[in-house]
Amino acid sequence: MSTTDPPIPEIELEPGALRHLAQARVNVELDTGDMILNLGPQHPATHGTLRLVVRLDGERVISADPVIGYMHRGYEKLTEYRTYPQITTLINRIDWLSSFANEVPFIDAAEQLMEVEAPPRAMYIRTILTELSRIATFYLFLGEMALQVGALTPAFYGFRDREYVLNLIESATGGRFHPNFNRIGGLKDDLPWGWISETRSAMTKMLDGCDMFEDLVLGNEIFQARTRSVGIIPGELGTAYGISGANLRASGVDWDLRRDGRPYLVYPDLDFKVWTHPDGDSYARYWVRLQETRESARMVLQLLDGLPGGPVMTKVPLIIKVPEGEIWVETENPLGQMGYYVFSKGATGPFRVKIRSASFSNVSILGWLLRGVYVPDVIAILASLYFILGDIDR
Amino acid sequence: MSDDESTEDQAGDQAEGQESEAPTLGPGPLEILATLEAELGEGVVEHANAFGNLVVRVRPDAWRRSAEVARDLASCDYLSFVSGIDWQPAARHGGDDDGGGDTSAPVQPTEMTFGAAGSAGRFQVFAHVQSTTRHHGVTLKTDVDEAAPSAQSWVSVYPGADWHERECWEMFGFDFVGHPSLRHLVLPGDFEGHPLRKDFALLAREVKPWPGLVGVEAMPEPESEPDDEGTGG
Repeated sequence: MSTTDPPIPEIELEPGALRHLAQARVNVELDTGDMILNLGPQHPATHGTLRLVVRLDGERVISADPVIGYMHRGYEKLTEYRTYPQITTLINRIDWLSSFANEVPFIDAAEQLMEVEAPPRAMYIRTILTELSRIATFYLFLGEMALQVGALTPAFYGFRDREYVLNLIESATGGRFHPNFNRIGGLKDDLPWGWISETRSAMTKMLDGCDMFEDLVLGNEIFQARTRSVGIIPGELGTAYGISGANLRASGVDWDLRRDGRPYLVYPDLDFKVWTHPDGDSYARYWVRLQETRESARMVLQLLDGLPGGPVMTKVPLIIKVPEGEIWVETENPLGQMGYYVFSKGATGPFRVKIRSASFSNVSILGWLLRGVYVPDVIAILASLYFILGDIDR
Repeated sequence: MSDDESTEDQAGDQAEGQESEAPTLGPGPLEILATLEAELGEGVVEHANAFGNLVVRVRPDAWRRSAEVARDLASCDYLSFVSGIDWQPAARHGGDDDGGGDTSAPVQPTEMTFGAAGSAGRFQVFAHVQSTTRHHGVTLKTDVDEAAPSAQSWVSVYPGADWHERECWEMFGFDFVGHPSLRHLVLPGDFEGHPLRKDFALLAREVKPWPGLVGVEAMPEPESEPDDEGTGG
C-alpha cells in the first residue's frame, strides 16, 4: 500500500443511524432488472461448446437462447469433396461417443444405391458394435447425469464400466472412439480370437452395473428431488420439434426406428422391448436410458448366440462408383434419429449429403423448455437431454 | 400434375436406374400421396419412388399447405429435417490439365440434372416428415426461384423447423417467408456468402492440392532396394 493515500475521513453518525439504513435497504421493494447470463461456450455443465444466453429474473429463467456453431466443421460441404470410402472418416466425428453407429446409415445408403449387400456375418457384427456403442454412450450418461445434479460417485462408476465396452470396440476395430470399420459391402476385418467370450462376460458386468445404477441413482431421494417434474416435454411437442431417441420415448411416444422404421441390420430378427415412460421429465429420460442400456446388453448376448459364420466382406469394385439416385436412410442411434439423404450422380463421391443428426433437433427445443425454470434445473435439463456437440454442429 | 405424366416418369425412372426388385411404395406412402393429391390438387407437381421412399414435389405456393396436410390428415407428426439443394454442378477452377486448383474432388457430371420428382431450376427446398404412430413418411420438395430465392416457412406448422430453416437460410440464402427471426445459426454473424451453394468454393482445396491425392506428388521408386543400413523408417 502506498503511503500517499489520502486519509479516510471519519464520518460521525448518530447512534442507531446504521440500523435505520439497514432497515431501509430491507424494506424497499428492490427493482431487480433482468440479468443476462452466458452459460458457455466454456461452461463445464454444457458438455462442450454449447452457449446458452439466459435472461434471468432472480433465479428464474425468462428466456433462453441456445447459440450453437462453435464446433461447426462443415461436414455437408466436405462430403462433396470426398469419395464414399473417405466420408466414413468424417462422419465418425459427428457423434464421437458412438462413432460406429454413425457409419451404419451412410454405408447402408451407399450399399442400397449400389445394390450391394453385406454378408450376414457382417450384418450381425455391425449390429453388435452398434449396440456396444449405445451401451458405451449411455454408460457415460448414467454416470454423468448424476454428476450434474451433485452426486460424484456414479460418474466414476460410469467411466470405469464404459472402459470395458471401449476395450471391446478397440480390440475388434482398432479404434476406441473412431473405429472407421465399416466398408461398402461389409467390414474391414473379422472379430479377433476370444472376443466373443470376452464380450459375454463384459455384458454380464454391464447388466450388474445397470442394477447398481438403479439402486444408486434412481433410488436416491436427492436425485429424484432434482429431476422429477423438471423439464417436462409433452410428447406431441417433442415430435413437432423432431426430438428423438430416449428423449422422445421418455415422453410416452412409443417409437423406435429399430422396430418401427424401414428394416435395417438384423433388428427384425431380434427380440427386444422398446421402453417408454409417460412422465417426460428429466427423471423419465434417465429411467428410459437405463432400461435401454440393459436391453442393449441383452441384445448383444442374443446376437452373439446367433452369430453366423462366413465372410465379412462381399465383392465390390476397386473404385467405388455409386449409380445415380437419391436415398433417405435413417437409423436409431444412441442419441436419436440419425439420417442421411444422399444424392448421387454416378460419381465416386456424392453430389450432396444432408446429414440429419439427432442432437441438433433435440437441443432446438431448449428455447421452449427452459422458459420459467430455475437456474439449477437448467443444468439438470441439459444433462438429461444428453447431446454431443459434434452431433449438433456437424 | 396429371396422373399420366407422373406415372410415366416413375416408369422411366425404374427402367433406367433400378432393377425389377426395387422396393415399391407401401400402403402408408400411397395413402399420403392420395391425401396430398386430394387436398392440394394442382399443387402436387410430381411424385417419385426413391428406394421405397415417397418423394412428392409441390408447387411453391402449396409448400406450407402440404406440411399442414401431411401433419393433420396423414398423421405425419414428426419433422425430421428441412434443407435445401443446389443442383448446379460445382465450378471446377484451374481445370484438370494444368495441375492447379482443385483436382481431387470426385468428378461430377457437368450438365445440370435433377433428382427424384424433378425440379424447375437450380434451387430446391426439401424436407422429410414422418409418423410416429403409423410408421410411414414422405419427402416433400418444392422449387425455389433462382433470382429471388424464397419459400414459405414451416415454423407455424412444425416449431422444430425454426433451426432447420435458419440453417438453410445461411447455407443457401433462401428466404423463408413467415419465419420469426432468420439469423445466423452455426456460422458467425458477419459471415458472407452461402457455403452450400455449389458456386461457393471450398477455399482449402483451391489454394493447395489435396495431399492424399495420388499422382500429384512423385511416388517413391517402386523397385528400390531394401535399406540395408536400417536408417530408414
